[in-house]
Amino acid sequence: MNLRNITADKLVALYRNRDLTATEVIQGVFEEIERTDKDVRAFITLMRDRALEDARRVDAKIQAGETLEPLAGVPVAIKDNMAVRDVLTTCGSRILENYISPYTATAVERLRSAGAIVVGKTNMDEFAMGSSTENSGFFVTRNPHDLTRVPGGSSGGSAASVAAGMALVALGSDTGGSIRTPASFCGVVGVKPTYGRVSRYGLVAFASSLDQIGPLSKTVHEAAQILEVICGFDHYDSTSADTPVDEIVKGLDQPVKQIRIGVPKEYFVDGMDAEVKAKIQAAIRLYESLGCKIEEISLPHTEYAVATYYLIATAEASSNLARYDGVRYGLRQAANGGLQDMYRQTRMAGFGKEVKRRILLGTYALSSGYYDAYYLKALKVRTLVLRDFQKAFERVDVILTPTAPTVAFKIGEKTDDPLSMYLSDIFTITCNLAGLPGISVPCGKNSEGLPVGLQLIANHFQEGPLLQVAHQFEKAGGFLL
Amino acid sequence: MANNYEAVIGLECHAQLLTNSKLFCSCSTRFGEAPNMNTCPVCLGLPGALPVLNRLAVSMAIKAGLGVNCRINPEAQWSRKNYFYPDLPKGYQITQYDRPLAQQGHIEISVDGVKKTVRINRIHMEEDAGKSLHEGFSDSSRNTHLDFNRSGVPLIEIVTEPDLRSSAEAYDYLSRLKEILEYLEVNDGNMEEGSLRCDANVSVRRAGEEKFGTRTELKNINSFRFVQKAIDYEVARQIDVIETGGRIVQETRLWNSEEERTVSMRSKEEAHDYRYFPDPDLPLLVVDNEWVETVRHSMPALPEERRRRLVQEYALSEYDAGVLTATRALSDFFEETVKRSGQPKTAANWIMGDLLRFYKENNVDTKDLSQSPVTPEMLADMIRLVENGTISGKIAKTVMEEMYKTGKPAQEIIEEKGLVQISNSGEIEKIVDKVLEDNAKPVEQYRAGKTGSFGFFVGQVMKATGGRANPQTVNDLLRKKLAG
Repeated sequence: MNLRNITADKLVALYRNRDLTATEVIQGVFEEIERTDKDVRAFITLMRDRALEDARRVDAKIQAGETLEPLAGVPVAIKDNMAVRDVLTTCGSRILENYISPYTATAVERLRSAGAIVVGKTNMDEFAMGSSTENSGFFVTRNPHDLTRVPGGSSGGSAASVAAGMALVALGSDTGGSIRTPASFCGVVGVKPTYGRVSRYGLVAFASSLDQIGPLSKTVHEAAQILEVICGFDHYDSTSADTPVDEIVKGLDQPVKQIRIGVPKEYFVDGMDAEVKAKIQAAIRLYESLGCKIEEISLPHTEYAVATYYLIATAEASSNLARYDGVRYGLRQAANGGLQDMYRQTRMAGFGKEVKRRILLGTYALSSGYYDAYYLKALKVRTLVLRDFQKAFERVDVILTPTAPTVAFKIGEKTDDPLSMYLSDIFTITCNLAGLPGISVPCGKNSEGLPVGLQLIANHFQEGPLLQVAHQFEKAGGFLL
Repeated sequence: MANNYEAVIGLECHAQLLTNSKLFCSCSTRFGEAPNMNTCPVCLGLPGALPVLNRLAVSMAIKAGLGVNCRINPEAQWSRKNYFYPDLPKGYQITQYDRPLAQQGHIEISVDGVKKTVRINRIHMEEDAGKSLHEGFSDSSRNTHLDFNRSGVPLIEIVTEPDLRSSAEAYDYLSRLKEILEYLEVNDGNMEEGSLRCDANVSVRRAGEEKFGTRTELKNINSFRFVQKAIDYEVARQIDVIETGGRIVQETRLWNSEEERTVSMRSKEEAHDYRYFPDPDLPLLVVDNEWVETVRHSMPALPEERRRRLVQEYALSEYDAGVLTATRALSDFFEETVKRSGQPKTAANWIMGDLLRFYKENNVDTKDLSQSPVTPEMLADMIRLVENGTISGKIAKTVMEEMYKTGKPAQEIIEEKGLVQISNSGEIEKIVDKVLEDNAKPVEQYRAGKTGSFGFFVGQVMKATGGRANPQTVNDLLRKKLAG
């Protein structure tokens, strides 16, 4: 059974009417995975037995006429950097190749409590460091729209699994665009919530002050459903926000007339793909036709965002990844030279090139004598980036940009040029630096049939209005542009 | 010490806070459990686990800060100290670096009657690491085992300014600090078990020189005794190096208690770059005034303050006040007895003369008197019984001993053993008459002027009454009767 033509709410309705059983659906999902995933390669681990067990529980509830949870029997895929009890949690890294987590991440736990069925753990750039999923320590995931192209990253496995109909919805994580970029490349919806909105407990840290879990789905409506489940304060994450969660789904159908949309001039850069630019301009016209007010705005510190991001993210990563030392869990390489040699051999063998590059960059940025010039300076620029947005949000409700400067690129095209790879995140990382919520929604396809993504950004904790604006775009046929 | 040199010493003390659970997770801090019993994803540093602050630990740290007269900062920041070590599960320690919880305190010390103020630079909070076990396992020759029970246990580090000038001052500072922390019940003061640890920064300079010399840091001083020895050794070593034309190298040295010397561990060049930076997993620690005041109101009087009160209000000597405030439990015992008996001097005598001897004989640590067979209430009752003449002071000694042995109140012991003082003069008179009758010869001699035997007659009367006769009445009657 391919899930491409069904949405979560419709699926749950079918269960309620006893038109389908969860067992049939889950069995169908694994048949589809067997057919499709040998080409797409979205999954690192499949959880067939546990998923079928969960499905039988849902069916028993249906049989007994019990009230079904909002996501009962909905097959979901989880990015492999979120802990799921008794299951491999590899982060796409050789160093955690055999690591089985003894506990479950809060976001996953909340999905399961809402009835969702986890079908598997998805491939990713190692420790979420990358924009194409080519940095996985295991294998490359392919874009379901064109198997010679990347799915984007780092949540490439999650995006591809939804786009290929192997999962209805998926969880990804976004540190600098890792949900939105693959959503854009795979033609699905991806949301990075406000920093602190979703608990990070159980999300293996890349850059703690930037990481945030969010949904990938075919529709904005499903993303809203998932957000309502996973958002909210969690005692186990001291950075999670104790701010009430709005009813997002309810507000989706509010019209967007009079909504003020800002278009930052700094986001229409030279060298941007002409077809992507054309699609974004078409999107602006569509919003105009819906009665929105379009306004040009300026976010002057945008040009420093990439540099700032790569200092802060790598500094935090260099510390977050220190625990993978071969002592307590994960890979341990044999070594003859004692403890220091064991550390060296283990980390040399366990980490890939990009991870090593970032640990080195981050270690350097925090070193005594360089801290003020690099890390501290980056924190200051981060504040300036946030101020740009705060100023802009005095005038507009939502900011509109392309999600990525290009469509999905060819596998191998950028692997030898880290800098050009880093620039694929140029439009997404500002959201992370400022802690703002952002969404990528499909905005038509280019002449080669490759999806283009439109990014919308709202003020802190404004997920409701953000998804409303995105939903109205989708409803008006934005994905057909 | 060569008399033309002066030592300059600063101490950094780590004290384990007496919380039930760890600093960033709910695991127990209990000592002596089987290895790795008290662990969870957080204190094992498993992928994805996050720290959640134990606010009770912060309250204890605030208490310690107030106890040594520090300013409590309205905002403190958690930082990561990055280094690799097998017993450090996250590859970094969560600590406070450039924004500590408390700053600018001081402690009064006194060496040979000379008082001095030692300034405290700062107190910061941090988590402890685990423990490497190098022996005790069948494969210990090849492998090291790790125990993470201690990982994440809350510590405070108390850092002095370089104000100490001798090992004796360092020793007294440490004693005062230990006493304060124990009084506040934030630390148990046990250096041998490692719940109080101390590093010393030591340098020497020629007398009159204002600039500090190059310092070395002494680690591994794991007993009170060693603090003085280690500093003395290091000071002598440094003077010797300088006198023989050498230069002091800035380095970390370990105290070897068996060889009684310090040995070089690592030089400044080999020192780690810890790459401190604010921990993005924890928000700023905001300590508002209300929190500080709540803690302040929960604090008992500190030893220095109590000593002053004992001297001023109860007219005790400095020495007695010092003995009675040696531990918080003992001074609580004393004050409670005074409150109930209204007799500070008598209470002090009983506690210092008898009770402390019993405790010593029975190996009772005066840090905890909750199991003491004699309670302040019992002692106060006994003091009252002496005062109102029910028993004599001499009998009271016996009663006290019996109370300690049996845990029974004085009244019960007196009744059981028939120890009530005989104050009825008619009754005593009969006994006096009997004694005089039985000792006709000494009576004759007494009356002939040999009055030195008065004590003999008193003794005979007391003997006949089992010591229960009121001594004053006995004296009066004997004088009257012997006078003829």
